[in-house]
Amino acid sequence: MVSARGLTKRFGSSEAVAGIDFSIRRGEVFGFLGPNGAGKTSTMRMIACMSPASEGTLRVRGLDPSRDGPTIRAGLGVVPQQDTLDMELTVLDNLLVYGRYFDLSRRVVRERAERLLDFAQLSERAGSRVDDLSGGMRRRLTIARALISSPELVILDEPTTGLDPQARHLVWERLYRLRQEGVTLIVTTHYMDEAEQLCDRLVVMDKGTIVGEGSPRELVDKHVSREVLEVRLGEGGHERLAGDVRGRVERVEVLADRVCCYGDNGDEMLALVHGLGYQPENTLVRRGSLEDVFLRLTGRSLVE
Amino acid sequence: MMGRPLWVRALGSWGFRYRRTWRGSVATSFAFPVLYLAALGVGLGGLVNRHLASQPGRPGLTALGGVTYLVFVAPGVLVGSAMQIATSESTFPVMGAIKWQRLYEAMLATPLRTGDVLAGHLCYIASRLALASGAFLAVAAAFGAVHSPEAVVALPVGILTGMAFSTPMVAYAATQETIVGFSVVERLVIVPLFLFSGSFFPIAQLPGALQLVAELTPLYHGVALARACMLGHLVTLSSLGHAGYLLALVAVGAWAASRTYRARLAS
Amino acid sequence: MVLGLALPSPRRARHVLGRNLVIYRRAWPLLATGVLEPLFYLLSIGLGLGHLVGRVDFAGHELAYKQFVAPALLAAAAMNGAILDTTYNLYYKLKIAKTYEGVLATPLSTADVALGEIGWAVARGAAYSATFLGVMAALGLVPSPWGLCCVPAAALVAYAFAATGMAATSYMRSWQDLDIVALALVPMFLFSATFYPLTAYVGWLAVVVQCTPLYQGVLLARSLDIGTVGWSLALNAAYLVVMGLAAMVITGRRLERLLAA
Repeated sequence: MVSARGLTKRFGSSEAVAGIDFSIRRGEVFGFLGPNGAGKTSTMRMIACMSPASEGTLRVRGLDPSRDGPTIRAGLGVVPQQDTLDMELTVLDNLLVYGRYFDLSRRVVRERAERLLDFAQLSERAGSRVDDLSGGMRRRLTIARALISSPELVILDEPTTGLDPQARHLVWERLYRLRQEGVTLIVTTHYMDEAEQLCDRLVVMDKGTIVGEGSPRELVDKHVSREVLEVRLGEGGHERLAGDVRGRVERVEVLADRVCCYGDNGDEMLALVHGLGYQPENTLVRRGSLEDVFLRLTGRSLVE
Repeated sequence: MMGRPLWVRALGSWGFRYRRTWRGSVATSFAFPVLYLAALGVGLGGLVNRHLASQPGRPGLTALGGVTYLVFVAPGVLVGSAMQIATSESTFPVMGAIKWQRLYEAMLATPLRTGDVLAGHLCYIASRLALASGAFLAVAAAFGAVHSPEAVVALPVGILTGMAFSTPMVAYAATQETIVGFSVVERLVIVPLFLFSGSFFPIAQLPGALQLVAELTPLYHGVALARACMLGHLVTLSSLGHAGYLLALVAVGAWAASRTYRARLAS
Repeated sequence: MVLGLALPSPRRARHVLGRNLVIYRRAWPLLATGVLEPLFYLLSIGLGLGHLVGRVDFAGHELAYKQFVAPALLAAAAMNGAILDTTYNLYYKLKIAKTYEGVLATPLSTADVALGEIGWAVARGAAYSATFLGVMAALGLVPSPWGLCCVPAAALVAYAFAATGMAATSYMRSWQDLDIVALALVPMFLFSATFYPLTAYVGWLAVVVQCTPLYQGVLLARSLDIGTVGWSLALNAAYLVVMGLAAMVITGRRLERLLAA
């Protein structure tokens, strides 16, 4: 569906995307996970043919964005990071006018708009001004709008950033339904739970490069232990603790406010810490996650 | 509470914002009078003066009150511009302060009350009008359109006329959700007033009924008052009437604005 | 590709007009009252100023003042409308509402957007001009059948200024920058032989005036209205065409940089 080789994006002298390779298969949910500024949005905009690549080759739906932009976009749905809804139009008109940009007939657009309002749970707000919608409603409207052309590929740039937990789950549920219908989804996110929930496969991006690739499970298995122990000590001492346990657990990382110990058994690691005479302020035993993958691959946490 | 009065702090906020843009605003305050007086007073005035002088009986002397077209039109343009500046300053910026940048909301999170926010904004508009009217008078004097020392009074007249439009417009703007109404008011009220209130030709030339309508408009009173100042006939009973009319309008507008502001901002 | 630019597709661009129509359908008072401003000017001149000015010379004809000014108002209104659409309104869409960011995720390209917005300004200008010309005819101010050509002439003026306004807006960084637009427009409105004939200017000033774009439009509209038609008008029309095309090329490049970097 999408393939890239040496894909690069430069803005002046800074390199937002530094020669990345990836390929996305039909029908899968493919994720780009990384912190702000990793180059996710630049990559999305290139795939959406909204921004030309500085270097490298990119094929979307088998076509070259630099030559066939309009044709590619005709089969694409885009949910940009910021809702680019038309503030001068009502909810329904947003869908109707947007559909016309795809040169669909008025009848088809109207039919789909009604179905999509239903899908986005916005039927009752059809006549509202976009101004009056909550953040979650706007996000759902943006997603509905991206589907007006019945695209086979939908690109979602941070679909749930800024939404409350309830609104996020509703969006995830709608995206899951799309996947069931066979739509290919590309999702960027800096939330590991979102990536774990949604993605079949994902790449981890950092500073414009891809540092890891695979399914969420594969990535965790490959780069992180089964369990993680997080320890917070009251007064400093994090470095000393790390020195004491190093070699006796699989791996140890010192973060700004805590120490993470990696191993197969969290409780055993906790017993070790206590056995060394530490009195932590609080501790947490949990399963390894994409957050840890990111930390492992880049040495930094995802959300700072 | 000690310190500066609250409304002065609200004014200060507008003044602070103005510091970034004052150069362009001062430049246009002088540029537009030059352009208008050159085009209307000199260019068009040439045609008018020649035509009126060529008429049998020289009616021009009475038609324009015995002065050249430049002298006739200058006070009209002064007051007409004050109206337009006041209107544009009282519509979009109010909408912006309420909805777009939410400046009022930020002010109200401090000890300022709605009345202070309103008074501060109105004072800011009045100072813009003072700048514009002062610049206009200076340019008009340079063009030779000022015939009396009483002309300095045209500056407060410009402010007064502008505020007679500003206070009701601010009251109206605070009730609006979209900017559609602003353009409609501009086209249905401001433009006709600008053209038919005696700025560019004596309203005696209008058909009887229209003449009456024109005499009821605030701009007509502003034009008449400013013209009296610039020609040196300020001290008359009718001047008092014109000023009273405009003052009453400012007061009614301010009262209405205090109500609409409270309704909009306290919700 | 022409001059390194993708060519717009009228088929796609028309949907930009469609969007504006949807908006104005709800804001119809805006659309309806837009035609009034030049009519008020005409009325004020017919009722008042005209009596003060008397008759004016143009191309060897002695014209009543309202006859002299009416076609000029038609051209000036076309300019003003087009500039309003492509400066303040466009700036709002470009920088505040970010209307086009959503649009460019569809098959539409920046060139389509530019063509669509210019097309809208021209369509609106033509509709207003036709209405205004109807009023002029009712007042007996369209003495020649050539007068019908005032509508395409006004559309041409709208085209040239819409494209130029759009190019200028693409360089604007703030609302304050837009004040420059008024600074260019007001003198053009006042001094393009709109309200008094070219003979009011001393030699070199008359030459300057004859070089301004609105002067071309005023001369076109006035000559067509009165029926003093000659081949030289083709030059005035060509001026506006070239101005519009040049501005469109600049606009295309700028929008590509602004929206599709």
